[in-house]
Order: sequence, then C-alpha cells, then structure tokens
Amino acid sequence: MAIFNYYPQTLSPDWPGGYWLHWGVFVVIILAFVMAMIMGFIWFERRGLGRFQVRLGPNRAGPFGLLQPVADAIKVLIKEDIIPAKGDKLVHWLAPVVAFVPALMIFAVVPFHDGALLADLNIGILYVVAVSSVGVVGIFMAGWGSNNKYSLIGAMRAVAQMVSYEIPLALSIIGVVLIAGSLSMNSIVEAQNIPFILLQPLGFIIYFLAACAEINRTPFDLLEAESEIVAGFHIEYSGMKFAMFYLVEYCEVLAISAIITTLFLGGWRGPLLPPFLWFLIKVFGVFFLIFWVRSTIPRLRIDQVMAFAWKCLLPLALINLVITGIEVIALPPALLWTVMFLNLAIVVLLILLWSKFFRLGGGRVEV
Amino acid sequence: MALKTEPFVINVGPQHPSTHGVFRMRLTLDGEVIIDMEPVLGYLHRGIEKLAEGRTYTQNIPFTDRLDYLASMSNNLAYVLAVEKLAGIPVPERAEYLRVIMAELQRIASHLIGVGAFLNDCGAFMTPFLYMFREREKILDLFEMVCGQRLTYNYMRIGGVSHDIPDEFLPALDKFVSRMPGFIDEYDQLLAQNEILLARAKGVGILPKKLAINISASGPVLRASGVKWDIRKADPYSVYDRLEFDIPTGSVGDCYDRYWVRIQEIRQSVRIIRQAVEQLPPGEVRTEVPHLLHPPVGEAYGHIEAPKGELGFYLVSDNSIAPYRFHVRAPTLINLTALRDMMIGWKVADAVAIFGSIDICLAEVDR
Repeated sequence: MAIFNYYPQTLSPDWPGGYWLHWGVFVVIILAFVMAMIMGFIWFERRGLGRFQVRLGPNRAGPFGLLQPVADAIKVLIKEDIIPAKGDKLVHWLAPVVAFVPALMIFAVVPFHDGALLADLNIGILYVVAVSSVGVVGIFMAGWGSNNKYSLIGAMRAVAQMVSYEIPLALSIIGVVLIAGSLSMNSIVEAQNIPFILLQPLGFIIYFLAACAEINRTPFDLLEAESEIVAGFHIEYSGMKFAMFYLVEYCEVLAISAIITTLFLGGWRGPLLPPFLWFLIKVFGVFFLIFWVRSTIPRLRIDQVMAFAWKCLLPLALINLVITGIEVIALPPALLWTVMFLNLAIVVLLILLWSKFFRLGGGRVEV
Repeated sequence: MALKTEPFVINVGPQHPSTHGVFRMRLTLDGEVIIDMEPVLGYLHRGIEKLAEGRTYTQNIPFTDRLDYLASMSNNLAYVLAVEKLAGIPVPERAEYLRVIMAELQRIASHLIGVGAFLNDCGAFMTPFLYMFREREKILDLFEMVCGQRLTYNYMRIGGVSHDIPDEFLPALDKFVSRMPGFIDEYDQLLAQNEILLARAKGVGILPKKLAINISASGPVLRASGVKWDIRKADPYSVYDRLEFDIPTGSVGDCYDRYWVRIQEIRQSVRIIRQAVEQLPPGEVRTEVPHLLHPPVGEAYGHIEAPKGELGFYLVSDNSIAPYRFHVRAPTLINLTALRDMMIGWKVADAVAIFGSIDICLAEVDR
C-alpha cells in the first residue's frame, strides 16, 4: 500500500529530479500500467463473458485462467506474419502503429492520483478528444492496405461511424467542462465533490454510448461485425500485427473507462481506500458495464447506427448543453441537490420522449 | 463533377462465419445496399440420393441422419414412413408414440439452434446461442439414453424403432418438459421486446404470403407469412391426429415473425410431448421385418413436418432390395429459393439476418 501513497507525494510540482526524470518515470509507469491492465481486461472480459454465457470461460492456464492472456500473447507472437500479395505493403505495415499510438497517448493526461499524471495539460480533455480521433486513420489504413473487400467495407463503416460519433462525444464533455470550469483532467477531478454522473446523467449516457461507438463495442461493433464482414479491417492481419490491433481494442476500452472514471465518476477520489485503488475499481466497473452490454444485445445496422448518432444523440447532447449552461449561470451553487433531481427528471423525460418518437433507421431501398 | 461509381461484388462464403456451413452468396453491392444476389450451392454435395440406390432399404436409414444433421430423428421418421407406405408395414402403437416424442424433441432442438444462430447473425455475441445450447444439451442427453448417439441417431427402423426406451428416460423427459416452458419465458424476456432485435428483424426480409405459396415454401418460413399449413394437421401421420396442438402463424412474414413462430412452436412441441407421454401405451416397439425387404413394384411419398419444413422422401421400388429411385424433398432448399426476393434492397447486415432467419442446414440443401 505504501507505494500508492509514496509516488504521489514525491510527484508534487517541485519533484526532485526535474522535468526529464518525471517524464521518464511516467512513460514507464503508463506503459506498464496499460500493458498490465490490458492483460487484466482480457482475462476479466473472457471470464465475465463466460459467466454471462452460462459457461466457465478460460480456466486452464494458471489459477482461474489468469495466465490465459500470456498464453494468447505467446501464441500470437510465434504466428506467421502474412502480408497480402496485392496489398499496399507500407500502409499495411504502418496501420497497427498508427492505430496504437494515439490510444496509448491518451494516458498522458489521465490522473491516477492528485497530480500523478504525465502532463497536466490545461487543455487535457480537448487533447483526449483530438488524439483519440486519430485512431480512425489507422483503422482506415488497415482496411485500405489489406486489399480485401471485407476490410474495405469495415474501414468505410469505421470512418462514417467514428466521424459521426465524435460530435455527440465532444458535446457531452462540454457539460462537464462547464460545471468544472476547467479543461484540465486533474482540475475536473478536483471539482467533483459529488461525482458528475449525478449532475450530468444525460451527459454520462451520451458519452458512454458515443464512446462505445468510438471504440467499436457492441452494439456498434460494425467495423469488425463478425457475422457480417468476418473481422472487418483486420481480416488480413496475423501474428504480431493482429496482436497490435487486439491491443488497440483493449487499450481504447481502457482509455474510455479511464476517461469516464475521470469525467463522471470522480476519478481517484473516494473514501477509505487509497486513490489509485479507487481509480482501478472505477475503471473495472466501467469496463464491466461495457462488456455486459456486449454480451447482452445484438448489433445495430449501419444506417441505424448513423441515425442514432445524428437524430438521437446529437439533439440530446445539444439539449444537455443548453440546460447545463442555464444551470451554471442561473442557479446558485447552494441548490446542488435540487439540480441533481431536476437533471434526473429531465433525463427520464427526454429519454421517454425520444424512445416514443425516434425510430431507428430506414427500411428497404428500392433498386 | 460526378464521381464514377460501380457496383461492388462480394463473395459471402463458402467460408464465412454466418453461412451456416458452406453456402455462398454472390452479393452485388451499391455501397451497403444489395442490388443483386446469386446463391451458389453444391459445396457439400455428397450424392446421397444416388448412393441410396445402391443400398438396401434398412441400410439407407443412416444416410438420412446425414441430411439435416440438426434434425436426424425427423429425417429417420420421414424415410421410414415412406418405406412403410411402400411395403405396407404396420407399426406398433407404442413405437408410433415414441416416434412422435422423438420428433418433437428434435423439433425443439432444431428450433433452438435455428433461433440461436439467427440471433448470432444479428450480432448478439454468442449469448443467446449458448443459452439455447444449454437446453439442447438436455435433449441430446435424452437421445443418448435412447440410442447411444448424440447427433446421428439412426433410431427409427422400418416397422418401429430400434429399442424401447430405458427406465430412466421417462423421468428425465418429465423433468425436461416441466422446465422447458420456464426457459422459453426466459428467452422471451431477453429477446421478444429487445429494441435492437426489433429494429433489426421487424419488417426486414418480408416474404409475402403469395410468394411463399408460389415457391412452395414450408415450415416456419411459410407459417410466418401467415399461411396456416402444417403437415401434422393437413395430412396427419403417425398419431398426430390424437394429439392437441395449435399452429402458430405470423402476420407479416418478416424475420421477426419467423423467429416468433419458432419460439411458439417450441411451446407447442412441449405440449405435444406432454400428451404423448400420457397416452404412451405398453407393448412392442417394432414389427418383425425381413432383413432384405422386397417392396412390391410401385412408388410412395412419405412426408412429415420436419423442424425446417415439409420433408418428403419419394421412393420408387422395382421389387429389388434397393430403391430404384430415392428422392429427398429438402425443405430448406425450397425455402432458400425465396432468398433473392427477400434480400434485394436490404443492407449487408440484413442479408446475414435474413439468411439466418430461414434456418437452413447445408447438408440437407446440397445432399
């Protein structure tokens, strides 16, 4: 436990060793954290999915199957690396890297503890939005470079879907920023005397759904849609390059879980337990929610996904923004609890209204 | 400047996760919309019809197991009915009831796979599929008790069934029958009102009543289009005229109706099994039939309501020990002929869902 308290204390602004040591230590911490967490997530998801699907899940490698991700990693490392003969070799080679780097870069601004982050940018959340949208380039490169029709369909879907969901995603964050009064991730956590999910329930729902679409999780996993386009953009990848895409997928889930934790669930703040542990618990909680959804519901169709972004999430995000703006300007801070219940009521009302009038997607096209 | 566009041809199958075997669809796409579709059959052709002409009537029973391997009992039944008709062989009453029990258990097992696979095609990540496998497993246990096999049963014989049921069969069947309605309710809770399933299946892939009759569709595909036609009622075989059950019919003929009809048929099958067990008489299970059967010169058509539709065996005898002609009316092949009409104008994702909703087994289509 001592280590959880030791590091943050030493990482105060006048930390001995200066800028470069801080930078070096945190790069190692982030890489180790991300890799360890991805292993943990893979194990957690596979075991959890097993439970949801009335089976056991992996339980052979190590106690409770804990070594399964290691076994998977070794297997994938020793597989042959195949590049399609007519593929664009450079693009095909570069795509996993282009997809992986932005996913990793997000962690630069995720606070694990008060002040314990690589760079406390004053535009932290803006940086997250900007960096995370680069990932789609990697996915499109993979789809294009593979010279495969399924990959291309997957890549086209990826571009359409991700560009659309960026908008409600960014808009739903603005509500949080308005209340916190800062774009810095650390300041947002510090501003959360009560978790923002209570003040921004609609913002949370929109962010969660849009983020699921951003990271291609069911019901928006159209770009890999196993039953339709087999594996989508990474159908032609094998060996370590495939493993990179696998890592990207979990790295993005981890990033989104961390950001939801930071923005809406109070980040590292919590009673009794050390802050880093609170952060981990919340991240795993969000991830549990994400794969619970995955194991429960079917996939949407591409037109339904697009309609959902533009006709449902976008108007709701705008309404949320207006309401939050009015509340921040007009209501005194003393009325916090009133605002909470008011917002909850608004969410219920809006969702009922939309579910009554909103219909998913079009039907048959005359050809 | 107008961009030049051209249709995009994509081969779905023969190796594809959701073609239920080795079916191949040649889809011509305009973006995501299907403008043409050409089914390519025959990857699993084993020449069973020709092979059967070189074997005795009894030796042909195992071949029928390998037609629709998800409903071997039904195939056995249809074939032995045809031979009994051809040779005029009586069947003991107990055997008739056992046949009905097995055929209805088989219907439940087959529909569970059909519905589960359809939902898998809609993108529900394995969960419904595995839930349904849980119950199918219990049916396979029952079959294993009776005949020692779990997939290719070879249980029916000309003039009866191969063995009488063991003592532990009826209690186990009773337990299954009493628990099954609860499981069906569970599926209904999970699926029937699922917003995404409704969006994906309602109104998708409509097979109009008139077209369904014109292509001579049968089984749940026909009944979902609103035609009340079931061989068990229209031309009762075995002891179905002594049992009470309803024929569930859909109204629109879309994917959802086909799903719904299957679920309702499971309920009806449970009802039939209950009655059959109550009425099960003691006595012989098999009429003595010579090993080398020489049916009189003539022809016979035995047909039953198999899980996937009207399964018929057309046999011509020239008074030798082997059939002169052995023809299978495979319901899924005939149901498949409507595929193109159902698919045109829908999207790639719908193609997979529509295809899944027909519930085919390639071993039967290609024979």
